[in-house]
Amino acid sequence: MSDLYREHILDHYQHPRNYGTLENPDRTFEDSNPLCGDRIRIDLKLADDRIVDIRFTGRGCAISQAAASILTEMVKGKSLEEVKQLGAQELLEELGVPISPARRKCALLSLKVLKAAAYGLNEWPS
Amino acid sequence: MNAQASTRPLDIERIRADFPILQRTVRGGKPLVYLDSAATSQKPASVIEALAGFYRASNANIHRGIYELSEEASVLYEEARAKVARFIGAARAEEVVFVRNTTEAINLVARTWGATHLRPGDVVVTTILEHHSNIVPWQQLAAERGILVRFVDIDEDGRLRLDQLEQLLRTEPVKLVTVTHVSNALGTINPIPEIARLAHAAGALLLVDGAQSVPHLPVNVRELGADFLAFSGHKMLGPFGIGALWARYDLLASLPPFLGGGGMIRTVTTENFTPGDVPARFEAGTPSVADAVALGAAVDYLETIGMAAIRQHERALLAYALPRLEELPGIRLFGPVGEDRAGVISFTLGDVHPHDEAAILDQNGVAARAGHHCTQPLMRRLGVVATTRASFYLYNHEGDVDRLVEALEEARRVFGVAG
Repeated sequence: MSDLYREHILDHYQHPRNYGTLENPDRTFEDSNPLCGDRIRIDLKLADDRIVDIRFTGRGCAISQAAASILTEMVKGKSLEEVKQLGAQELLEELGVPISPARRKCALLSLKVLKAAAYGLNEWPS
Repeated sequence: MNAQASTRPLDIERIRADFPILQRTVRGGKPLVYLDSAATSQKPASVIEALAGFYRASNANIHRGIYELSEEASVLYEEARAKVARFIGAARAEEVVFVRNTTEAINLVARTWGATHLRPGDVVVTTILEHHSNIVPWQQLAAERGILVRFVDIDEDGRLRLDQLEQLLRTEPVKLVTVTHVSNALGTINPIPEIARLAHAAGALLLVDGAQSVPHLPVNVRELGADFLAFSGHKMLGPFGIGALWARYDLLASLPPFLGGGGMIRTVTTENFTPGDVPARFEAGTPSVADAVALGAAVDYLETIGMAAIRQHERALLAYALPRLEELPGIRLFGPVGEDRAGVISFTLGDVHPHDEAAILDQNGVAARAGHHCTQPLMRRLGVVATTRASFYLYNHEGDVDRLVEALEEARRVFGVAG
């Protein structure tokens, strides 16, 4: 079996957790990676600046979608402040497979989207 | 060129032995299967040696150096130009302008010919098959000069809709048709002589992007009928950083300089300058001398093998590969099937993202490209975000195709692609 596409990655890709959208989310953000067409949207429901519910939708490669699924599990229940402090390395470690430089953008797209949502952005500052 | 050599099949094992990189392994000991020659070709030892040899033995700046080394470097540089000119059937060596790559050659035409011949409202016709390098320079001119850029579509097989081209030439003030000879994404070989006739009958010039044709097909500018031909050295066994623009001498002589600086002038005063002759006028600054010399060695190598033989070899590989790929359940193959198809195979596999496909290929030692291939308008036209692309050259053999198919079978297993 492949180094990159280990069972848990494929499982998250084929059976994504927290998949879908929220009605009346407190925060929502969507972004894409135009080079490969990966797209992720994340909705957050907050209580006292803490994530009480999270959903994502998206399309793209297995790495980007599995990472989004794993990320939603990582941050449910966390405060926005904790999310703002979350580093790329923590998500990469949670993925647990070797991510080459070319695939970092795929692996980290969901984190970028989540951070934008945590900071309450409506769009990326230009 | 040696017409005799072109009729014999290639001695692939002997050719492969000429390419040192094909001896190496990747991803923990797997033999390299290099299927990305449409992006860049590998280099034979003779080219690598020509490059190193120039720096070892002949390195000096060219022209105006009154000493032996400089004279020698100048001669080697101009000999390389003559080789490239002969290789594409140019009438004289001065018709070849050395540039960095195809992109720079196209920009040179846009900035010299385009800037002096295009007025607001004039139309440049390009095609949906083009690489971004043959779209963006014209869009830049459109933004700056108010010209219009029109696109010729493809049919369902990936062939150009020549009826649309004829319609545009009939109804709009088309000054330039700019089209790729071979599609880098689909492998379509466009009928350039026919397109040249149509363009010229309407009073338009024709620029041909030869980046994927000059390395792979016999190309003769007199038979093509194009007014400009742009191509890159690194895709034809040469080094990075050197390419060429060909145009007829009188056309080049009618154009203003490209970049300003040393080498491109005749005289300079504090008030003004007068431009130099063709092709120096377009080669401001110190050129990539060693790279040009090594490109000359690449041309020598290609001529020894014979371009007709290389084309025949790639055609045979394509004929071997396509039926095997078609057997894979869930595969979607793009591009035409027929004589007008070069050794480029773009495909998708079920709903597996091409980056995931290419990653599995990579783990099996197969170097193929996944993405939009710098053809985003074409990808949109095909309704995909990306494809995986395998592309052949003279050093590929059937074993490479077998390894590709095996790796794709693994990708199907990993991602559970059904038929």
